[in-house]
Amino acid sequence: MRPTAERLLWMYETMVIIRHYEETLAQVYLEGKLPPKIQKGLAFDIASGPVPGEMHLAAGQEAVAVGVCAQLTGSDTVIGTHRPHHFAIAKGVPLDRMTAEIFGKVTGLGHGKGGHMHLFDPERRFSCSGIVGAGLPAACGAALAAKLTGSRAVAVAFFGEGAANQGTFHESLNLASLWKLPVLFICEDNSWAISVAKDKATAVASNARRASAYGIDGISVKENDAVAVFEACSGALKKAREGGGPTLIEVKTDRYFGHFQGDAEVYRSKADVAEMRKRDPILVLATTLRRRNLLDDAQDRALREHIEHRVATAFRFARASAYPSADDATQHVFH
Amino acid sequence: MEKERKLTMAQAIAEGIGQEMERDPTVFAMGEDIGVYGGIFSATSGLLQRFGPERIRDTPISESAFIGAASGAAAAGMRPIAELMFVDFFGVCMDQIYNQLAKNAYMSGGAVKQPVVVMTAIGGGYGDAGQHSQCLYGTFAHLPGMKVVVPSNAYDAKGLMVEAIRDDNPVVYFFHKGLMGLPWMQYQEGATVHVPEESYTVPFGEAAVVREGRHVTIVTLGQMVHKALAAAKALHAQGIEAEVIDLRTLVPLDTATVLDSVGKTGRLLVVDEDYLQFGLSGEIAACVAEHLDQVSLKAPVRRLAVPGVPIPYSRPLEEAVIPSVNRIVDVCRELTDAKLKVAA
Repeated sequence: MRPTAERLLWMYETMVIIRHYEETLAQVYLEGKLPPKIQKGLAFDIASGPVPGEMHLAAGQEAVAVGVCAQLTGSDTVIGTHRPHHFAIAKGVPLDRMTAEIFGKVTGLGHGKGGHMHLFDPERRFSCSGIVGAGLPAACGAALAAKLTGSRAVAVAFFGEGAANQGTFHESLNLASLWKLPVLFICEDNSWAISVAKDKATAVASNARRASAYGIDGISVKENDAVAVFEACSGALKKAREGGGPTLIEVKTDRYFGHFQGDAEVYRSKADVAEMRKRDPILVLATTLRRRNLLDDAQDRALREHIEHRVATAFRFARASAYPSADDATQHVFH
Repeated sequence: MEKERKLTMAQAIAEGIGQEMERDPTVFAMGEDIGVYGGIFSATSGLLQRFGPERIRDTPISESAFIGAASGAAAAGMRPIAELMFVDFFGVCMDQIYNQLAKNAYMSGGAVKQPVVVMTAIGGGYGDAGQHSQCLYGTFAHLPGMKVVVPSNAYDAKGLMVEAIRDDNPVVYFFHKGLMGLPWMQYQEGATVHVPEESYTVPFGEAAVVREGRHVTIVTLGQMVHKALAAAKALHAQGIEAEVIDLRTLVPLDTATVLDSVGKTGRLLVVDEDYLQFGLSGEIAACVAEHLDQVSLKAPVRRLAVPGVPIPYSRPLEEAVIPSVNRIVDVCRELTDAKLKVAA
């Protein structure tokens, strides 16, 4: 199925939000982390500043998130990865509470207990995990719940190409196929598992081919293109909702930033990244929209101004929010 | 008195699960061989026939997938029971248990509920060697986010299972193979007791004083409760009255009952079938040590547990490492002798 004009515009707007969010966070993350304000002798201090810890940004990978989420409902479950912001935004997780969580504030999604890799929004049926490959079994469980309760909901597990070498990938594909679970396994192939290239870690050229080992369809989307992702998923989603079981979809995508912020990226050249940016998925979709007269310069400018305002508001909310009190540390272990 | 209906622990567990499945359509069970087979240790015996294969669900040998699926289904509103056939197999799926299931509630600031029961078999004494004989509940109790339940008899087993299913948190439910009353394994007959037909709960965090005594407190759980009771009987013949405490749950832990008893007897022996080092016995000893302003000891604390070795296969070796009735008797005598020495 092809996306409607309304869905095309939604995908474009959501991709621009994601990109602007990640680029803003890339700047904010550096606050307080660089000399001379840090311990003498350090080039970078991961623990300092308003956003401590690791930071995995998804600029360049927007198309896969919006191409799938454009077709989901509020009853559908999405489980993301350690690089989760694009999925969360595409699933409708509120920017303010997500940003507050990333800042470790009490107004955050998890009251500041999870941080950027552990975003939970049960209302939007979104969660993610910092452990590579951990989300696939949970997606099977959400799909099993839908099946047992007779709902038409589906579950989507996003994971990277590195995770396709984890046991959970293979166990989950087998289980989902065996039980005909309404689940989509979406592999974001950004070619790099931190510093290890896909061809140094994966014995087959295409992870989509691995679907055949479990008797399910495997689809390979070779362009970092939201419309191509949308079209590849729509049949799989329909099939899942009608009881036809799971599908594995691999999408070639590009990670513009390092694995985490501060990554020296010794494993790839700046020229490689510049090359990727020439086929930027936001430019690709903008071109399509302009060709179909769905977007012009004035509309694009207005859209971007609106998005800048939304993102700035979320960051202001996070900065202005209070930290949790020390007593909160022992709360929420149990209900 | 009404005619007593005695059940084995396996029957009691299956009855508890079945009654909850009738009461609550969101409860379902999955695991290896839990369907036609009824569970390798019969904890789901007869349930497939009553509830069908959708709710009593045999799984592939994929513990990460189905325990992770239990976590995902629970987040979506279900109340799954997942059987991990032997606790020894936790190594293949521990990420799903302690990084996902046990932490999701906390890391979501309480937004996510994970009402999952992970039910698993523990214990040695029948020659199954190092990968099928461990207890390991201390490992789970060490990690935050899981309630830890270890029943010693059929009455508690049913009530604790019903409580576990109704709890909104992950509960790891450990049943000792040598208590289940299986027709193919020696078992402690004291575990087969009267079990009411109607549903009931046994609350978490309430230890049971299963024998009162004034000279020495034996804190224990699971199969060791029965060995401690046998030891107490032998000690009684020698004029020593042991008080036996069955902890029943490790998380939450009923420290008040332990401290009350030790305050009364002044002597503590912890008997544990889990490993000695960094575990339950050390935790109980530390609890007493932290309250020496409230209780006074007449003798040093003693611990009987599996020394730092894997459970060996050969019968005399296995008997050498798992606490026995005779060793419990001996240590209790030493403890009471210590008092005499102090008095002298």
